[in-house]
Amino acid sequence: MSARLIALGIVFVALLTLPYWMFGVYYVNVASQILFYAIFALGLNVLVGYGGLVSLGHAGLFGISAYATGYMLQLGYGHPTAILVALIMGLASMVIYAVLSLRSTGIGFIMITLALGEILWGLAYRWISVTGGDNGINVPSRPTLLGSSMSNATTFYYTTLLVFLISVGLMWVFVRSPFGAALRGTRDQPRRMNALGYHVWAIRFWACMFSGLLTAVSGILFVYYTQFISPQTLSLTSSAEVLLMVISGGPGTLLGPFVGAGLVVVVKNVVSAFIERWNFLLGAIFVAIVILMPEGLVPGTARLWRSLWRKRAHAVTPPAAKTEASS
Amino acid sequence: MSFWLVLTVNSVTFGGLLFLLSAGFSLIFGLMRIPNLTHGSLFMVGAYVGATFVVGMLGFALNFWLAAILATLTVAALGALAERLLLRRLPGDQLAQVLVTLGLSFMAADFCLMVWGGDPLSVATPDSLTGFVRFGTVVFPAYRLAIIALAVVVAIGLWLLLDRTRLGAMIRAGVDDPDMARVVGIRVSQLFTIVFALGAGLAAFAGITGGPILSVYPGLDQDMLPLALVVVILGGSGSLLGSFVGSIIVGFIYNFGQALLPELAYFVLFMPMLLVLLLRPQGLFGRHVP
Repeated sequence: MSARLIALGIVFVALLTLPYWMFGVYYVNVASQILFYAIFALGLNVLVGYGGLVSLGHAGLFGISAYATGYMLQLGYGHPTAILVALIMGLASMVIYAVLSLRSTGIGFIMITLALGEILWGLAYRWISVTGGDNGINVPSRPTLLGSSMSNATTFYYTTLLVFLISVGLMWVFVRSPFGAALRGTRDQPRRMNALGYHVWAIRFWACMFSGLLTAVSGILFVYYTQFISPQTLSLTSSAEVLLMVISGGPGTLLGPFVGAGLVVVVKNVVSAFIERWNFLLGAIFVAIVILMPEGLVPGTARLWRSLWRKRAHAVTPPAAKTEASS
Repeated sequence: MSFWLVLTVNSVTFGGLLFLLSAGFSLIFGLMRIPNLTHGSLFMVGAYVGATFVVGMLGFALNFWLAAILATLTVAALGALAERLLLRRLPGDQLAQVLVTLGLSFMAADFCLMVWGGDPLSVATPDSLTGFVRFGTVVFPAYRLAIIALAVVVAIGLWLLLDRTRLGAMIRAGVDDPDMARVVGIRVSQLFTIVFALGAGLAAFAGITGGPILSVYPGLDQDMLPLALVVVILGGSGSLLGSFVGSIIVGFIYNFGQALLPELAYFVLFMPMLLVLLLRPQGLFGRHVP
């Protein structure tokens, strides 16, 4: 446990001082990307990891907040209004998502969220008078925070880091709260939870709203980062990418989505510098992880590590070491 | 007047194509309980492979229908292979199976882009059907009428297969209650392979027959998969009648939507699906809620 705390401390300090030791602006920007995608993955993880509800339409929610920001700015409103409207739009769409897709669970939930995501993608693509179609919407400027403009990569990084830390804090509280426990209960034993007097639908609904909030926040950060939004962001590929972040990092773990986001963003950036075939690799990684390491990279590696450790400990002092390792 | 009539014929044609695509999707969904997310890719791969046969390789071009049959068989074999090698490894884990089909669909899309490039490929209409058929004052392209006829023939064939043969009875038993079907000695896992190959073949056949109308381009898979999804949600999974009626409905809404509300066509398409989900979650003709 203490080793884990030390590791977390090192990661925290590294994140805090990152712009000072990173090689260049490009890498600081990659770090910002990892952070806002990690917030997105945290949001999806609420449903996938803790609620057992796999959504394949989250890119639609992510995109709608981004589009709302861009559209409001295009209409001439200020940044605070645009951000507020984007949050409201994101949450309102999540209400529609939740009401429709929570009619079923499991495969039905996947199908309905997939269809809803495709609707939003189709709207972004074809409703040219609002979204600009394939040309997308440009966001001319980033907001100014406490007197320093976010167009600076370092300032943007620290803003994203702050939002990321708040999100992780929220997740930490959520996982330990009675609400988090109830959500895990509805994932594992919905009928028993129902019999115990919990309102399973309401618990799932509020989990969706929490997920939607994180997704909307990350969508806004995304649109300010790229300063451009196009239908590609809402496509099934994007939904699958973020699901890959959650699954590769380990669904139902607090920091798994962060690891997954780091992995996907780095691989995507590195790979696309060499070859164009990112989608092929994305698909191949997906298939490989699902078949070989179904519980995700973080728990999967932890499992391998533990079993190695246990073998070694077993050879030296069997009983005491064994209980400690397995706890 | 003739505008509406032409639009109607186009809608029925598109509905016929959708039926070819979604009948297999519906059967796979009904039997294996997973939405096969590679179905759009199978459609696209079928179209590309068929188009390649038609254009010809090494100065050796094939007749359109022969090419269609070859493409169908190729893709059916690929489908059976994917089921045997990958989905089979994840028995009972439907979530993992869906994710594998999703991963495969990305790989297929990128593979097609790599092999056939980014430019759309147009497929020539078969020579015997390039003409027009005249009904009074209105003319229809013969090929579109032929697609309708083909869809009806395939529908009747599938109905006979499912309703009149021993294999069909086993598939129906598997759709209704896979556990009970296993108990009475039906090898349901073998049915999985057969149905997956059948569905893949039908999707590929739809892809190549749709080629002269839709042409073949990267992203075709992403255009077709949601349509198949809507058809199955509308009609209900595992029901042949459901996918037939669903396909015709979606064909009409899609074509009329594109003609009348081009910007919102995609949105209009999903409205009946949402209504069905709210009022009748198992679909119009479905037997169980997914």
